[in-house]
Amino acid sequence: MSKLLEVKDLKVSFNTYNGEVHAVRGVTFDLNKGETLAIVGESGSGKSVTSNAIMRLLPEPHGYIKEGQILLEGEDIAKKTSKEMQKIRGKDISMVFQDPMSSLNPTMKIGNQIMEGLIKHQNMSKQEARKTALELLTLVGIPRPDVRIDQYPHQFSGGMRQRVVVAIALACNPKILIADEPTTALDVTIQAQILELMKSIQQKTDSAIIFITHDLGVVANVADRVAVMYAGKIVEIGTVDDIFYNPKHPYTWGLIGSMPTLDSSDEELFAIPGSPPNMLTPPVGDAFAPRNQFALEIDTVMEPPMFKVSDTHYAATWLLHPDAPKIEPPDAVKHRMQGFAQTGTKGGGKR
Amino acid sequence: MDKNNLNNIPKDLFVPLVRKEDTSEKISAPSRTFFQDAKRTLLGNKPAVFSMILILFIIIMSIVGPWMNDFGSDEQDLKRAKMPPRVPVLENVSWLGMDGTLSGKFQGKDVQQATAKANARFDNKEEFIDIKVLNKGDGTRNSAEVEATYRIYEAKDMKDTYFWFGSDALGRDQWTRLWEGTRVSLIIAFVAAVLDLVIGVAYGGISAFYGGRVDNVMQRIAEILVGIPNLVIILLMMLVLKPGIISIVIALSITGWIGMSRIVRGEVLKLKNQEFVLASRTLGTSNGTIIRKHLVPNISGIIIINTMFSVPGAIFFEAFLSFIGLGIVPPDASLGSLIDLGFDNLRLYPYMLVFPAIVISVLMIAFNIVGDGLRDAFDPKMHK
Amino acid sequence: MTREKLLEVKNLQKHFAVGKKNTIKAVDGVSFDVYKGETFGLVGESGCGKSTTGRTIIRLYDATGGEVKFNGEDVHGKKNKSQLLKFNRKMQMIFQDPSSSLNPRMTVLDIIAEGLDVHKLVKNDAERKAKVEELLEAVGLNKEHATRFPHEFSGGQRQRIGIARALAVDPEFIIADEPISALDVSIQAQVVNLLKKLQKERGLTYLFIAHDLSMVKYISDRIGVMYMGNLVELAESDELYNNPIHPYTKSLLSAIPLPDPRYERTRKRMPYDPTVHDADGEFELREVTPGHFVRCTAKEFERYQNEQKNK
Repeated sequence: MSKLLEVKDLKVSFNTYNGEVHAVRGVTFDLNKGETLAIVGESGSGKSVTSNAIMRLLPEPHGYIKEGQILLEGEDIAKKTSKEMQKIRGKDISMVFQDPMSSLNPTMKIGNQIMEGLIKHQNMSKQEARKTALELLTLVGIPRPDVRIDQYPHQFSGGMRQRVVVAIALACNPKILIADEPTTALDVTIQAQILELMKSIQQKTDSAIIFITHDLGVVANVADRVAVMYAGKIVEIGTVDDIFYNPKHPYTWGLIGSMPTLDSSDEELFAIPGSPPNMLTPPVGDAFAPRNQFALEIDTVMEPPMFKVSDTHYAATWLLHPDAPKIEPPDAVKHRMQGFAQTGTKGGGKR
Repeated sequence: MDKNNLNNIPKDLFVPLVRKEDTSEKISAPSRTFFQDAKRTLLGNKPAVFSMILILFIIIMSIVGPWMNDFGSDEQDLKRAKMPPRVPVLENVSWLGMDGTLSGKFQGKDVQQATAKANARFDNKEEFIDIKVLNKGDGTRNSAEVEATYRIYEAKDMKDTYFWFGSDALGRDQWTRLWEGTRVSLIIAFVAAVLDLVIGVAYGGISAFYGGRVDNVMQRIAEILVGIPNLVIILLMMLVLKPGIISIVIALSITGWIGMSRIVRGEVLKLKNQEFVLASRTLGTSNGTIIRKHLVPNISGIIIINTMFSVPGAIFFEAFLSFIGLGIVPPDASLGSLIDLGFDNLRLYPYMLVFPAIVISVLMIAFNIVGDGLRDAFDPKMHK
Repeated sequence: MTREKLLEVKNLQKHFAVGKKNTIKAVDGVSFDVYKGETFGLVGESGCGKSTTGRTIIRLYDATGGEVKFNGEDVHGKKNKSQLLKFNRKMQMIFQDPSSSLNPRMTVLDIIAEGLDVHKLVKNDAERKAKVEELLEAVGLNKEHATRFPHEFSGGQRQRIGIARALAVDPEFIIADEPISALDVSIQAQVVNLLKKLQKERGLTYLFIAHDLSMVKYISDRIGVMYMGNLVELAESDELYNNPIHPYTKSLLSAIPLPDPRYERTRKRMPYDPTVHDADGEFELREVTPGHFVRCTAKEFERYQNEQKNK
């Protein structure tokens, strides 16, 4: 597998009246061709800021890349001018946003919105672009594309609109598709359709997807690899099986434990207490320590480095240090690590 | 961090953390209210602060200004009409134009003719006219040029009299009239603002809060009112009332508040379906309390901003009416009527226009800058 | 069942007028009972009328038709002020959006004390403050938080302030309108745990409205599924999840992604096709097996019953 995107020690800050907000504090990951990397975390963990930094959509000059590299096929896009970025955006990297309502221009026919990028980036003629737009609409599963291409966004339902957004994002065959909570605003049944759509398109076009979400169910459905973010850092990264069946970081335990299983109606949910830290003054040591019931003394002194669990699996917690006491995940989490679904399927069989 | 370093960590650090207190729910940021934030943003905005100081200065001057010299605003005396500005001390700085002289350039076919023109212009009081030859001329028409400076205060034997901003065509002190006029303009502006506040807020608030048919009827009435041009109302008013402050205020109160009422209506419509208002209703809170505790505090910012923007509008409206002769009537002065008078004598006595024009411009710009500053201050997004 | 009915909803209708001629039937004949001490879950997709149902029950909207009885008393009949106030104390609501459910210009103390003031439950300021601090502690916040403003809190904390506000008047019944939808997963668990704890401590009854089916399943004793303004299926929560009968419920359940990659690789979604139903015939909520109601026609009812017997 070849590395398409490498993010190295990315740091993003926002200047505010109260001081500098350290939104992303050193994020390193890479993305291979054709894979889906899910970034999960709470709101404020820096997952959206990371993706906006890759797209260079930070609200400059308030928000800026403080340090680090973003290598797209070896070229550092953190150093590109905004003119050069315009050529990359939409063509090499494109983005699907959370809200299908506001990511389409309500006064423009959807056909023209798809064709815009084609004409600009691929120098197509109007006729060619229209033909490609029709193909794209067919690809994203919109019935009767020849009629729908001349309609306005308000004539589409929420799910259909998100399909159009996906079609626009795919128009120029991007190498990387960044999806920032693309299904959060949608109903479950529509969400399922969009997820299926994205997976099938990925198979056809072999583009890589960065999928940002806080829904672990969606992660399990779409991701090949998962990065868990907390307080501007990746605390655990691994394949989807590593993260769900062998999580090592207490925060990941908390995330998994807080999802109810289908037979768990009697036990209390394993919630993470407290609230995320204020990124204006990131705490000394491990940022998660104040909410971590398994915190060690060293957490208050020093930030944990990434410990290697396996070739694909890394986690930043002192619990993995050889000197650390052996701590097992709580029962509720262990129970879920066996496989969530089995527990619920006893009675019905079908679901 | 390399491997060695990791192995050198003392083992006693690898023990479960003993927590002294539960800090997981602690809020570290200092507590600040919305209005504190707004105040800070506003005071950080230098143009707005400067404008506020200017407005304050003008308001104070409009109160104390007329008392600062001995002239009354309606003391007519044709003998001292159209005197130029003269200020003690500053009269020695010639380029300021505060030295109580009139000057002008005169042309003729030779110096003599030009001088004769100058003398004719300045009451033929040759001993008080200083002639400076700029161009001797060659005998052709208008080739010679002289600059004449007329020491009018000496000529009229008023060596100890100082009209700081000069006097008008009827010999009234411009300084006194300017500040009295400013006072009239400000009174009209503030009355307009208060009307905006009272009628506009109440009308918009009631219309939105009760909604449905009430809203429908009230909005149609407002639309009809806004459809009548202001000037028509003013002209009709002239048939019933005499021109003056009262008729201007009435004209303003008929339609001036509609902009405010629309803004308030929009805000209330938005707010009344917010969940905190619904929550308050499920608690059984009465409508009055909901309006007082939930709606008013949340629209106060936008009301203040709009009031600030409606003030310069009203000042301008008054000036416009006075300028076209429908507003304040003499002997009362307002900024508009002063400008009107000054405009008539613009060529020969520009000072009669300049001072009221500067005051009205400064007032309007300052109010707009303060309004802008307030808008930023009440916008939570601007509280970085 | 001998349990005491706290809330009876009978054929509740709420129509909204759109323009002069059209009406939207947001709630179109919904009936269910909520028993004392239980949690009744109401699920459905956006626009199915579940929130409107909740808001109509608590009188935020006037019902177009039907009946809501609370403790045997009609909620929507004509009432005088003191009757209304009494009703407001017994039934409370928790809202969805923690960013708009608290007045940004009021301190937490005043927000929580609003109910105390309206119902004159405290005599003086000291008592008012003490009561608010007690409520703050009950929802897991510190009493130092009382002087702060809503914008200083995180979403989860704000939601707990909203819960404290509802609890201030000692209600018996709480309508929770999507209380966790806008929160992060880990915070959702906090709030759900808190709701469960409060239910145990104070004997509360909940109507829990949500679109997240796994959380609803976790917190509810019985669940009603809504579709297009109608209740299409109602059953005990385990029964509903393990043995869904209505095709819409089946489709909804099959669409939920679970945090289990192995299961996700094999999950098959079942789309819902409304045309599978009998076009002619009266749709009605019928009891297919004891306690398990499905909205269907007489013909479908027979078919469902046979299917259940052959299981």
